[in-house]
Amino acid sequence: MDAIQKTLLEQVADLHEIPEGAYSLRINGQLAGKNSSENIVIEKKEDLPGIDIFIKPGTKKESVHIPVLIAQTGLKELVYNDFHVGEDCDVVIVAGCGIHNAGDQDSEHSGVHRFFLGKNSKVKYVEKHYGQGDGNGKNIMNPVTEVILGEGAYLEMETTQIKGVDSTKRLTKGSVAANATFIVKEKLLTHGSQFAETSFEVTLDGENANAHVVSRSVAKEKSKQLFTSRIDGNNLCSGRSECDAIIMDDAVVSAIPEINANHPDASLVHEAAIGRIAGEQLIKLMTLGLTEKEAEEQIINGFLK
Amino acid sequence: MLELKNISYKTEDGKYILKGINLTIDERFVAITGPNGSGKSTLAKIITGILKQSEGQIILDGVDISDMSITDRAKAGVTFAFQQPVRFKGLTVHDLLSMAAGEKIPVGKACDYLAEVGLCAREYVNREINASLSGGELKRIEIAMANVRGTKLTICDEPEAGIDLWSFNSLIKVFENMYSRTKGTIMIISHQERILDIADKIVVLKAGEIDAVGTKEEILPNILAASASCSKLEGGRN
Repeated sequence: MDAIQKTLLEQVADLHEIPEGAYSLRINGQLAGKNSSENIVIEKKEDLPGIDIFIKPGTKKESVHIPVLIAQTGLKELVYNDFHVGEDCDVVIVAGCGIHNAGDQDSEHSGVHRFFLGKNSKVKYVEKHYGQGDGNGKNIMNPVTEVILGEGAYLEMETTQIKGVDSTKRLTKGSVAANATFIVKEKLLTHGSQFAETSFEVTLDGENANAHVVSRSVAKEKSKQLFTSRIDGNNLCSGRSECDAIIMDDAVVSAIPEINANHPDASLVHEAAIGRIAGEQLIKLMTLGLTEKEAEEQIINGFLK
Repeated sequence: MLELKNISYKTEDGKYILKGINLTIDERFVAITGPNGSGKSTLAKIITGILKQSEGQIILDGVDISDMSITDRAKAGVTFAFQQPVRFKGLTVHDLLSMAAGEKIPVGKACDYLAEVGLCAREYVNREINASLSGGELKRIEIAMANVRGTKLTICDEPEAGIDLWSFNSLIKVFENMYSRTKGTIMIISHQERILDIADKIVVLKAGEIDAVGTKEEILPNILAASASCSKLEGGRN
């Protein structure tokens, strides 16, 4: 890996080198390396670009990293990665995409990630998106995440896009069986003339299915964000979606919630709040000796922490 | 020493909220009291720079701070514990104490400051300053931040409000400890007799003007007499 690729890897996966254990590393549209462990087997797909990740039942306290790095302007790719998680697992999956675009053509990575969780399995899925480079070409990422949770399974998805992604259309779908839980924590910051659209579609099918979708975002300068979420409660279940956005400068944010209770014991909540940083928050921090700009930075960093 | 010279504040429609306030403060504990709407909080906001006086001068230790920003006054040694503390999504108690210190402080030190205001430190240090904290907890954190800053002038706007489970003796002890560190002035806006009772100087505001200034021996009997005739201190929160 060269210095640029190393920077991207650090940004999206907090890694300085090739990770230990199971991993798959994709650089400039090619599989640059992969490694399976005893319990986590990674296989290249035969028919499509992408990989299958098989996690053996009962695998605990293991992790798998699958970063994607693009440093070639004009590269466009669509990758399919499927995670087959056996029963009774407890694992961490770290994905992420970093693009360095120093050229004039758009670079684009679209990943379709599907998660199939067996009974009572627990997964923490961390995904970071990051862009850099001073070329005129745009950095574009359009991730699709589809989660199918078996009985009693639990998936917590932490997704972060803080810098450098010019355009993103993100779709996250979840189908939740009995006693299973799906949690999404999304953090998003847009600036310049960036655009981000994020959509959630969650179906609570089983008894005591549970979903909690939280999106915190900051829109600066002339950027635009659109948040849509739909939760269908088809059983005795509880679902909650929250969209909390700070707008600054001339930014625009829209939130469109939809909750459908298709069962008399479905309990569904949606909360959305969009507004500027409260004046009293700035004043409080200024009385501690911070300048207005420093106060603003601290408030945003905390909000997106 | 804080000097207020002919401070007035009027609203856009010309109504005076404060008028011709002249005051010199150099004592340890100074209580500002008076009925609701008498201008106490407005005075605090003018000293801290949150509001700009319509007329007059504010001198802190010989330096004219009248036209300074909130930030510069904070740096010059003015601290303000709000009447209604502000909530922040995502920022923790530790974050705010660090900002008050001007640098990241060790967890142990943050815990000491929290313990001093009667909060079980380990439970609070990583809590977010959000809606999950009660008004009383936030008030204590507000005072802990003032302690961390330890500046020569600390203004506390009704510090006792909402801390009903915490004894006044503890609160008074906090102010005594604060003084022992800062050797500065602690200005407390309050209606509470027990707070007024520790004051070296009491300033009574009425309709935006100074009604009386003096020692507690001079002022307190009059306030208590007035309060007895009204059954309680006007606007008081007993």
